[in-house]
Amino acid sequence: MARKPKRKELFALGNEAVVEGALLAGCSFFAGYPITPSTEIAEGMAAKLPQLEEGVFVQMEDEIASLGAVIGASLAGRKAMTATSGPGFSLMQEHIGYACMAEVPLVIVNVMRGGPSTGLPTNPAQGDVQQARWGTHGDHPIIVLSASDVQECLHMTIAAFNFAEKYRTPVILLLDEVTAHTREKIVLPRPEELTIINRTIPTMPPEWYVPYEETMRGVPPMPPLGSGYRYHVTGLTHDEHGYPTSKANEISALMHRLFRKIDQFFYDIQLVEEVETEDAEVVVVAYGCVARSAKLAITQARESGCKAGLLVLKTLFPFPRTYVEKLARQCKKVIVPEMNMGQISREVKRVNNGLSRVVTINRVDGQIITPGEILKKIYKD
Amino acid sequence: MVETTKLIHEYLRHSKKFPHVYCPGCGHGIVLGSIIRSVHHLGLSKDEVVLIAGIGCSGRMAVYVDFNTIHTTHGRALTFATGVKLANPKLKVIVVMGDGDALSIGGNHFIHAARRNIGVTALVLNNNIYGMTGGQSSSTTPENSYSTTTPYGHLERDFDVVNLALGCGANFVSRTTALHAQLMDKLLTKAIENPGFNVVEVLTPCFTQYGRKNKFKNVVEMYSWYRKNTIKVEKYKELPEEKRAGKIPIGVFSDKQEPGFEEKYGQLREKLRSKK
Repeated sequence: MARKPKRKELFALGNEAVVEGALLAGCSFFAGYPITPSTEIAEGMAAKLPQLEEGVFVQMEDEIASLGAVIGASLAGRKAMTATSGPGFSLMQEHIGYACMAEVPLVIVNVMRGGPSTGLPTNPAQGDVQQARWGTHGDHPIIVLSASDVQECLHMTIAAFNFAEKYRTPVILLLDEVTAHTREKIVLPRPEELTIINRTIPTMPPEWYVPYEETMRGVPPMPPLGSGYRYHVTGLTHDEHGYPTSKANEISALMHRLFRKIDQFFYDIQLVEEVETEDAEVVVVAYGCVARSAKLAITQARESGCKAGLLVLKTLFPFPRTYVEKLARQCKKVIVPEMNMGQISREVKRVNNGLSRVVTINRVDGQIITPGEILKKIYKD
Repeated sequence: MVETTKLIHEYLRHSKKFPHVYCPGCGHGIVLGSIIRSVHHLGLSKDEVVLIAGIGCSGRMAVYVDFNTIHTTHGRALTFATGVKLANPKLKVIVVMGDGDALSIGGNHFIHAARRNIGVTALVLNNNIYGMTGGQSSSTTPENSYSTTTPYGHLERDFDVVNLALGCGANFVSRTTALHAQLMDKLLTKAIENPGFNVVEVLTPCFTQYGRKNKFKNVVEMYSWYRKNTIKVEKYKELPEEKRAGKIPIGVFSDKQEPGFEEKYGQLREKLRSKK
């Protein structure tokens, strides 16, 4: 039996792991604008993409243009992404809405730094969580993911591309400055070990193609521009053919399908990691770099005999309510440490709905929440 | 006439319900006709043409024609076009924008697309006003003219699209009016074929929102104004400085064939691969 080649190992930053993940996922287009602390992603892409047969890296004039170019490339059939931080993410909101409305698969990495405004360019924060969910105007569904270590940056980037392609939607990967700028060993998976999902391409004759057809899955097939399926793409509320409409029944059908295509696959999308939760009486719900502090905290708590568990949220939206609800029923106390004034804790409280006590730890001083701080809340009654 | 009807049937969408949104006398339909004639003249297949439009009256153009069409966000049409062209350089990308679209909200994208020399044709339909929202002043509204947001006269100066494009280094820069349809056909045909960033500015009358507020009695008067005040650029250059005031030169201002950004990027990829 031939031995499989050894997996490649790297000593990489979180941002560099995002680049590796994106390339493994089949990304061949990157448009971006420099911004700390996400710049290493653009730099990595600028070096690697032109080496690919069809790879394109372009530095645009701002973040609005970056996401515009990404949408254009995705419509032309590419797997495309951009990376930014808070101020740039604010500029991107316009086109996130467009991508939701026109159902354009793409990935946006937002390496969160302190805010609001220019804020703290080199310090971590988790202040963009609700912006990622609701930042663009109008009702819309969206998928928001996060990662808490460098290896996970790679895997969650691949997951982000898979979800984007599977559900024809923009996917936002929220990192924080600590995760993005931590350097540690990662192992690159072999391509055959990965599941890579590509968008469904129409197979019917072009004259039968209805670009936004109502189907059971709710995700219509998507042809690349120039492949013979000529259709109209618009940010206006449109009918099945993509033409602007103001008829109530057509508006309603579109809006409900947009929500349904994410909601009905909720179980596929909610990714979490449970650590020692089977018998936990105190559960910490955390994401991003804070989840690593929380891991150490519950290990120490267990060592001293306290039944503590951890739920790491990898999917932030749609909010993994089934896991949170299950744990809220079983435990006495839920602790939500996060580097904002309480953006995920409000989701936890909503799902918890009085089942157990929700305690928050909020830090907004540009410093990471330490294991000690979490441990203190675990012990405190 | 038969020829025109044939073109309409071939290039307009049968599934889209007409009438269109344009007011009587609007020049946008003439531009749309010119785009269709140019594509037809060049013998391009409908599949290889991507028509990308912004927001506003000109933005609605995309929905009527049977190409690959994208109706983008306000002012950002060129950013979408950059992505499309880089992702698939074989496609012929035509971008239709209004004056507010291309130069006010999209001014930054316009200058950078021209500087980057991305291989698209940028049509700026300049009617000196925001038509769709009801006649507010735009960045090409002439000084001292009236709009709903400048009821006492416009104090700001206006953009000269041609000079702006020239300053940014666009390959092909030209201007025509909705009255000069044959010149428009010629310029568009040239622009679609030319490599790099190509600008065609079309002065087009908006009687409903601009003309009525600025002492034009009817649309015909606006077209007559174009006839009276435009001059071929070759003749304009011969005019002495003092006679140039008030004259609008039309024709070709720049005709370079420098390779577009997507072409240069392709060459970079080739070079990197041959090194390996």
